[in-house]
Amino acid sequence: MTHGHDDAFDRTDLAPGDEHVEGGRLRLRVLGYVTGLGLAILLTATSFFVAGTNLVWEPSIPVALVVLAIAQMGVHLVFFLHITTGPDNTNNVLALAFGVLIVLLLMSGSLWIMANLNHNMMPMDQIMQMQR
Amino acid sequence: MADTTMAYAHIDPHQVRGIDEFGTHAGPASRRIVTGYGFWIFILSDIIMFSAFFATYAVLLGQTAGGPSGRDLFDLRNVAIETAFLLASSFTCGMASIAADMRNKTWFQVAMAVTCLFGLAFLTIEAREFASLVARGAGPTRSAFLSAFFSLVGLHGLHVSAGILWLLTMMAQVLAKGFRADIQRRILCFALFWHALDIIWIAVFTVVYLIGSAQ
Repeated sequence: MTHGHDDAFDRTDLAPGDEHVEGGRLRLRVLGYVTGLGLAILLTATSFFVAGTNLVWEPSIPVALVVLAIAQMGVHLVFFLHITTGPDNTNNVLALAFGVLIVLLLMSGSLWIMANLNHNMMPMDQIMQMQR
Repeated sequence: MADTTMAYAHIDPHQVRGIDEFGTHAGPASRRIVTGYGFWIFILSDIIMFSAFFATYAVLLGQTAGGPSGRDLFDLRNVAIETAFLLASSFTCGMASIAADMRNKTWFQVAMAVTCLFGLAFLTIEAREFASLVARGAGPTRSAFLSAFFSLVGLHGLHVSAGILWLLTMMAQVLAKGFRADIQRRILCFALFWHALDIIWIAVFTVVYLIGSAQ
């Protein structure tokens, strides 16, 4: 990483998924992907193990699976998409935060409203009676 | 009054935030940064579209209309193999983007070809799973649960198919035009897209298969 401005890729020139290398950094970059792959395999294997096992208290399994999935998404974001907390990445992180907010609103809102409607809906046989 | 205005005008906001160690800020961001950021926004909007499909699936999970549920249908060993293929393809895609930055054509083409093969293996397993479900009478028309399942997993499959077409295009473009700046930007966007598909697959195998097969 030099300070050379003739270089087409300045240090500040970083976008998601982008990390410019020169020869010496090659090993480090490959190592980053290997680390990411290792962590991802570990988390995936744990997910499949937890889903199929009797060793864990059963009602806790869905929560554990969701936590493991979020952890693995974090691993992918950091090691594969290179979303970092560096000053050059502020825009990407802010966009990600906004996307996560919308996803959470959409998912929790849908589940909440539909569960509520389902709860308040008259049982089907009573609806049939009223239509008669 | 005029003095204070002038004083503030000399302060570069980027230096204030402490990145002047990388050299002084020189005008607007490069096209590579702007392209990457714009494509990142597209990926986030794509993820929001997927979240609507996930919400639909979660709401309809129990609505099997007397038909088969996830527990009867899903083969988790198959899903584990699919996951392994997609994860491996994400890794080789990362190797391809390193090769592109090093401007090494051979390694780029090899890594992209391997990525393509892993992607095709994933799609083949998924297509066989869909075919076997339809053959068992558990097609998308059977119940609301299965409609939601086929739309969500099928949408991800369509994205992977589009990704493979894009991958082959990039291989051809590097072959014909070399690592020009605009080709490099396209490779960057492709890598983002492919890694994002893997992130969505994490949600698919967790929510659809692992949690869905407990129902």
